[in-house]
Amino acid sequence: MFQIRIHGRGGQGVVSAAEILSVAAFFEGKYAQAFPSFGSERNGAPVMSFCRVDDKPIRLREPVMEPDALIIQDPTLLHLPGLFDGLAAGGSVLINSARPCENYLAIPATELALKYVRRPVPNAALLGGFAAQTGLLRIESIVAAIREKFPGEIGEANARAAQAAWDLAQEAHVSAN
Amino acid sequence: MSLTQIRFYQTGTFTVANRLLGSDAAAEQASPNRANSLNCGHRACQGCGEALGARYVLDAAMRASKGRLIVANATGCLEVFSTPYPESSWQTAWMHSLFGNAPAVATGIAAAMKAKNRGDVRILAQGGDGGTTDIGFACLSGMFERNDDVLYVCYDNEAYMNTGAQRSSATPAAARTATTPAAGPEPGNTFGQGKSVPMIAMAHFIPYVATASVANLHDLEDKVERAIVMRGARYIHVHVPCPLGWGSAAHDTIRVARLAVESGMFPLFEAEHGEVTGHSTIRRRLPVEDYLKLQKRFAHLFKPIADVERIAKLQAIADRNITRFDLLN
Amino acid sequence: MFQQIEGSRAVAESVALCRPEVVCAYPITPQTHIVEGLGEMVKSGRLKGCEFINVESEFAALSVAIGASAAGARSYTATASQGLLYMTEAVYNASGLGLPIVMTIGNRAIGAPINIWNDHSDSMSVRDSGWLQFHAETNQEAADLHIQAFRLAEELSLPVMVCMDGFILTHAYERVDVPTQEQVDAFLPPFVPRQVLDPAAPLSIGSMVGPDAFMEVRYLAHQKQFLALARIPEVAKHFARVFGRESGGLARGYRTEDAEILVVALGSVNGTIQEVVDEMRADGIAIGSVSLCSYRPFPVDLMRQMLGHARHVVVVEKCLAPGQGGILSMEIQSALAGLVPNVSTLIAGLGGRIITRRSLRAAFEHARDGLLPPLTFLDLNEGPIAREPELQMEPVCL
Repeated sequence: MFQIRIHGRGGQGVVSAAEILSVAAFFEGKYAQAFPSFGSERNGAPVMSFCRVDDKPIRLREPVMEPDALIIQDPTLLHLPGLFDGLAAGGSVLINSARPCENYLAIPATELALKYVRRPVPNAALLGGFAAQTGLLRIESIVAAIREKFPGEIGEANARAAQAAWDLAQEAHVSAN
Repeated sequence: MSLTQIRFYQTGTFTVANRLLGSDAAAEQASPNRANSLNCGHRACQGCGEALGARYVLDAAMRASKGRLIVANATGCLEVFSTPYPESSWQTAWMHSLFGNAPAVATGIAAAMKAKNRGDVRILAQGGDGGTTDIGFACLSGMFERNDDVLYVCYDNEAYMNTGAQRSSATPAAARTATTPAAGPEPGNTFGQGKSVPMIAMAHFIPYVATASVANLHDLEDKVERAIVMRGARYIHVHVPCPLGWGSAAHDTIRVARLAVESGMFPLFEAEHGEVTGHSTIRRRLPVEDYLKLQKRFAHLFKPIADVERIAKLQAIADRNITRFDLLN
Repeated sequence: MFQQIEGSRAVAESVALCRPEVVCAYPITPQTHIVEGLGEMVKSGRLKGCEFINVESEFAALSVAIGASAAGARSYTATASQGLLYMTEAVYNASGLGLPIVMTIGNRAIGAPINIWNDHSDSMSVRDSGWLQFHAETNQEAADLHIQAFRLAEELSLPVMVCMDGFILTHAYERVDVPTQEQVDAFLPPFVPRQVLDPAAPLSIGSMVGPDAFMEVRYLAHQKQFLALARIPEVAKHFARVFGRESGGLARGYRTEDAEILVVALGSVNGTIQEVVDEMRADGIAIGSVSLCSYRPFPVDLMRQMLGHARHVVVVEKCLAPGQGGILSMEIQSALAGLVPNVSTLIAGLGGRIITRRSLRAAFEHARDGLLPPLTFLDLNEGPIAREPELQMEPVCL
């Protein structure tokens, strides 16, 4: 089972991100579970969402305590205590940031979102980066899931942002090696 | 040979039927073919205004809907005295759910009929003033706002009579009830703001609103028949004396109701989509005192000494009604 | 067809397949997505022959359903928590009148203090209302139970509430097999009311029953629960035949056969419990669990059968009777009287407090070691408790 924890602020599409991941996994014939850390969502408040992916049905209902991957949609959350709690040894961290990061993969997701979608919602781009970073899911599945979630041109634009992020992440991977 | 016009003073409002009246001028109650929706054998008090009103309302509704009627009844006197298991006085399709939900239950029945393409079936909801102006008020307003296809009839005897005559928001000022006793410096019900549900119904701009009284049974029937064939939310507020709760003589029910109308305390009018479209003219205006004197619930206004101030305030209420609805014209 | 969708959406799809004729909607977290889904289906024409009514309160929601059901329409609504309490008068009314309404409860805590997160206090508050009450373990089961619910409700002339954990199930995306219309039509015949408001055949529904007959009415309601107890497994079997999967029924056991410790719970926490059971079994501990689906009627004999051989039964409860302890526990204990030496109550997850594998495992190991007290509150935070010295009577923290 692969467990992902997504951190962000209300309004950044944190909940949708987990849902899209789960749909992408579903398209690949996997079982997936996605749910938010429930709250009276207010724009700007820190929120979390969770996604589990497995080859068999997922029974566990607790929040993701031991993530294999973290996606941090808002770099201002980096100072939050407990952000990295439970991160598995060798677990991956993806941060939405235009500045390269020493230990983690940084993707300028907000910039990509503004470029392709004209709205600063970084989730789709980050999912593209995540796919490249972990290899858990194919970019094609992510793109298909984005289109399923957001119909029409919005979906297309987000899909382009995801693809662009994936390409960037691939390059970063290549140049790192 | 000259023709003498004989004026029948006894026709019109005062006469249900007699052999002098043509069948078209006779009330439905005079017809042997009436639905007899509220069959005899129920347990209502002697002289119950509500039983009288309900009988007229239901049979008129049954006639106008050609027998395709379903009734939702709130908890209260009417429901209690008519359905002591295993007997029921109702000869219509009838249901009682709770005290405060008759309008909502009726909405549900109407929705069911719509879903089943039975728009020919009309829905009538009924309740007393307690179930309408107080505990059922939210559901009533919801039904109005959605313009649900329901005719709601309120039988207003101005208190929670079934439970022993406690005060409701329809209880008139100064009236004695079990929870507004005639004691202390302000005996009887306080002079509050009042709550005119007919006017509140008008504020929802629903297709039809009317007040009616058992004082004028033809008028009551006419209003029901007019309302039943309309679509959308409709409301009729019927004034029904309660001899037990009002402390009036059982044989005076219609007389007391008539005094309420003729003093201006209970105006009779109709409205459509928030605008008054007509009213019943007071033929012979009477002072409010004539109305109050017949009811023990107002006895403290007269004995041991006349409470001139309060009687004047009640007269002022009647005066305002007369002005507002132009009842003398 | 398999879909990856939100639990609320799965329920909306299943309810729509049941061809409801009247759906009432009043918003309350966490069920709102269900009625929104149904509203959208009606408005877009996807769900035909259905009147969708936005009502002014939960009391109105169930009241409208009552009127509609009495007039012969298949009726549905959903609520939770405060909304369920607000309509409680109507809840008793619906079952007393024998109306086969189906209602989803998105289980949520009851205030004060106001809390929008999951626990079972809401559905527990109406456990004696005469409704059948089912608890879904997964979103698949939540969807399936609604289909079975309409069938049972209409057969028995009793309303049915399907409970699913708020947020944990309602807002979780999971793989769900949404049935086809053909499958549902094969399983659920059109609603034929036992009695109905019909001008062509008038009758009076809701008369006043006095002391001379009320006891008999209540006795018959009591007996009706036993009839339901017999029918529920049969309907579940029929469901399995038509839809090709197990869902619903009275209760499901997991690795119970030779278990010395058995855990019982309602709803989604069973998933986490099963993970713990597997972990502990891998370490050689004889533990198993029972997911109780039908809370009303309560299957006393089946509980004795499934739990009776255990040395220690642990009831994981998402509700509390203050001053008393667990509510499900009391019923389990009563059922197991004389059979199982130790029954412990683990109060967990109140107001949405997360229930972790780790904490459950620790509690179950305490049970194995004979150290689990009769009543424990899982993962209690010491801080606020320490500030109330007069309310610390005996250790209840794990």
